[in-house]
Amino acid sequence: MTRGWQTAPSVGHPLTRVEGLDKVTGRARYSGDVALPGLVHGWVVPATIPRGRVIGMDVAATLAMPGVLAVLHQHNAPRLTGIGEGTLELFQNDRVAHRGAPVALVIADTPERAREAAERTAVDYLPEPHDARFRADHPRLYQPEYVNPHHPAVTDKGDVEAALAGAAVVVDQEYRTPPQHNNPMEPHSSTAVWADGRLTVHGSTQHAYGMARTLTNLFGFAPGTVRVLCEHVGGGFGGKGTPRPDAVLAVMAATLVGRPVRVTFTRPQLWPLAGYRTPTVQRVRLGADADGRLVALEHRASSQTSRLLEFTEQSAVYSRAMYAADNLRTSHRVVALDIPTPRWMRAPGEAPGSFGLESAMDELAEACGVDPVELRLRNDATHDPADGRPFSSRRLAECLREGARRFGWAGRDPRPGVRRDGRWLRGTGMAGAHYPARTRPTVAHATALPDGRYVVRVGAADLGTGARTVLTQLAADALEVPVGAVRVEIGDSDFGLAMVAGGSMGTASWSWPVVTACRDLAHRLASGAPVPSDGLTSTFDSTDAVGALGDLARYAFGAHFAEVAVDVSSGEVRVPRLTGVYAVGKVVNPLTARSQLIGGMTMGLSCALLEESIMDSRFGDHVNHNLADYHVATNADVGELDVAFVDDPDDELNPSGVKGLGEIGIVGVPAAIANAFWHATGVRQRELPIGPARAITSGQ
Amino acid sequence: MPGPELSSTVRLMLNGAPVELTVDNRTTLLDLLRDRLDHTGTKKGCDHGQCGACTVLVDGRRANSCLLLAVAVDGREVTTVEGLEDDEPHPMQAAFLAHDAFQCGYCTPGQICSAIGMLDELAEGWPSAVTTGPVQLDDAEIRERMSGNLCRCAAYPNIVAAIREVAGA
Repeated sequence: MTRGWQTAPSVGHPLTRVEGLDKVTGRARYSGDVALPGLVHGWVVPATIPRGRVIGMDVAATLAMPGVLAVLHQHNAPRLTGIGEGTLELFQNDRVAHRGAPVALVIADTPERAREAAERTAVDYLPEPHDARFRADHPRLYQPEYVNPHHPAVTDKGDVEAALAGAAVVVDQEYRTPPQHNNPMEPHSSTAVWADGRLTVHGSTQHAYGMARTLTNLFGFAPGTVRVLCEHVGGGFGGKGTPRPDAVLAVMAATLVGRPVRVTFTRPQLWPLAGYRTPTVQRVRLGADADGRLVALEHRASSQTSRLLEFTEQSAVYSRAMYAADNLRTSHRVVALDIPTPRWMRAPGEAPGSFGLESAMDELAEACGVDPVELRLRNDATHDPADGRPFSSRRLAECLREGARRFGWAGRDPRPGVRRDGRWLRGTGMAGAHYPARTRPTVAHATALPDGRYVVRVGAADLGTGARTVLTQLAADALEVPVGAVRVEIGDSDFGLAMVAGGSMGTASWSWPVVTACRDLAHRLASGAPVPSDGLTSTFDSTDAVGALGDLARYAFGAHFAEVAVDVSSGEVRVPRLTGVYAVGKVVNPLTARSQLIGGMTMGLSCALLEESIMDSRFGDHVNHNLADYHVATNADVGELDVAFVDDPDDELNPSGVKGLGEIGIVGVPAAIANAFWHATGVRQRELPIGPARAITSGQ
Repeated sequence: MPGPELSSTVRLMLNGAPVELTVDNRTTLLDLLRDRLDHTGTKKGCDHGQCGACTVLVDGRRANSCLLLAVAVDGREVTTVEGLEDDEPHPMQAAFLAHDAFQCGYCTPGQICSAIGMLDELAEGWPSAVTTGPVQLDDAEIRERMSGNLCRCAAYPNIVAAIREVAGA
């Protein structure tokens, strides 16, 4: 195709997914689908104790089983370099750090034989006393230096205690959220193969570049040895943000047996090995004047981590940027237990933290007799409440007003427990939301081909976000060509430095070099640069440009409104409708953006009503490790979902003006539903999930 | 391959073509499709019949292929997502694409096979848990009948819209 505008700009239009046909026809190959000659299969032998040592293993008996090629264990595994990722340092000693941790890997010619041999492998342990019970008064809770990803654990502005003492109205409550598991539909799977001195790993990962870097450092490989590919990823929600043990096991096994090896976790194996959201206990104290204007806000959060890694969920960080208070203190504590390691799950920090603060704000609205929307408008901030930085843009008020309008909030009767409809009590509730809008360095390459088409390469990953599609639109507009002329290639660590598909910063980060390289290429072509037979390529590395960004507080904002019906005889809670209104910068593709947001809202609904991983502290693991006993929202759980955007132009972000929208859809939804539950029933729900048992027994 | 006491010969029609091979008796239909026949469109989400990602059509009825041993489909007709296209995408595939009825796409082959089987069940008058009178297609029926297929990305409203469009055509 020739250059020049053939069609209107693509950005802002609902282009269907560019890889969509491959996905609906089954042609899309995920990491566990890649066919390789000579492929063999690794199966994990999991620890059956929560703490202790492996003192014996009948390797000879396992090796004698049909089809078994090798057994990997502490005495024959490659020695690894400590890189501060304890979850990946497998088979380096005799220690068992938690139940379900791999103590061996059986490699066999078929999955059936690998599985049987792994399940029959006899392991002797020397158990030690363990502690797997998280509680808010645990004596070993401590204040870490940092919380995820690298925030200070504590902020303290003004004098919270004095302000609370002088406040006309005080809310002081404890809120609890349970462990939750990401449960992407695609279980983690890695396939490793050596060829011509290079190691290729087909991984289920949100970050091919990061996985290659981590494996290189962990194994001490020469730079350039490892290539990670992730053409299609079956969901992640944070759980595939960094490499998990499947990748390390596949590399170890492929190195040991000299053949391609696939390691795929079963659904139950994901529970202890792929990460989850920690339980939290949060205490929120709000002090306000009689009109509901905050004079003090304190948010304290406690969570758990494992013995392998200090991961502290940043739940109280949500309160640092949301509402104005002259006296503001936030703090975190964590305790290391003999349990699987908690990691990122969609909106780590903001998701549980917003349940605490947005629930407390509803209680403050009740105490002051102020409408919950009006209360939030009165406490809107002009500068970052914790550190005083100006916002690049802050359109929370617009989201609140537009959400109230769309939902039909006006004229709401504030009295709780007065709307009875047969067996159902009905109510409405709402919550605010924010999520950081970050951008990180990435490299991209744009190539003009002699036939007039274009290829753009960037180490992005598309786990269902629509990344490949929106990057195609952004590239096409920068090149001023139709989207059909552009092919975007992603999911390859060889494309160079790239940000993880996580933290809602994927598109913001990848699009910067994509757009800049495409504009540069278009300029060179327009200047008459010849296109050689192998193409003309422009490359851009956004590292310096990102580093030059001004010091501003950058956030996406939103507001969620929920209608709830509670069956007074069974305790069943239904959510007939949810409205979400967002200020997320430029919306590149309204079709895929809406899908991302309804997905986040639905996960929020699911966390509000259904999701709870149940720890049996006697054994040190979650017992409901499957999709029948751990409930995620199904089609029939979801009612009407309404998504809308407010204009949010922001020149202080990145050339595309995008803020990211993968996570804000979940933030505040559980609080909006819990607040609506109160409006329906008159009973506060300060612990999730609000299942039938909790709903029917509460208030009694 | 295990010895004869642990293996069996299976003959089936896969997407209209005859297949005959010897399988380890422990092999599920799902693993037969994926590991032996390179039909990887059918996905493994849980291997326990809890998520629906492995849904295929067996003699026209939707079934979780992870809960069927390969030896149990001897002599039967199996249709997978790869068998739905007939020069051009099946209307259900086209509708899923147009309505953005998926995100990561991992549950999608199962959703599509399930939707096709579900509409046949509906046409034959099978009631569901939400049926209160004569069986009629509405959003509540679609949601109920598609709740055996989990979608963690939660494209549910778009799945309902896609199925409604195909059923109404």
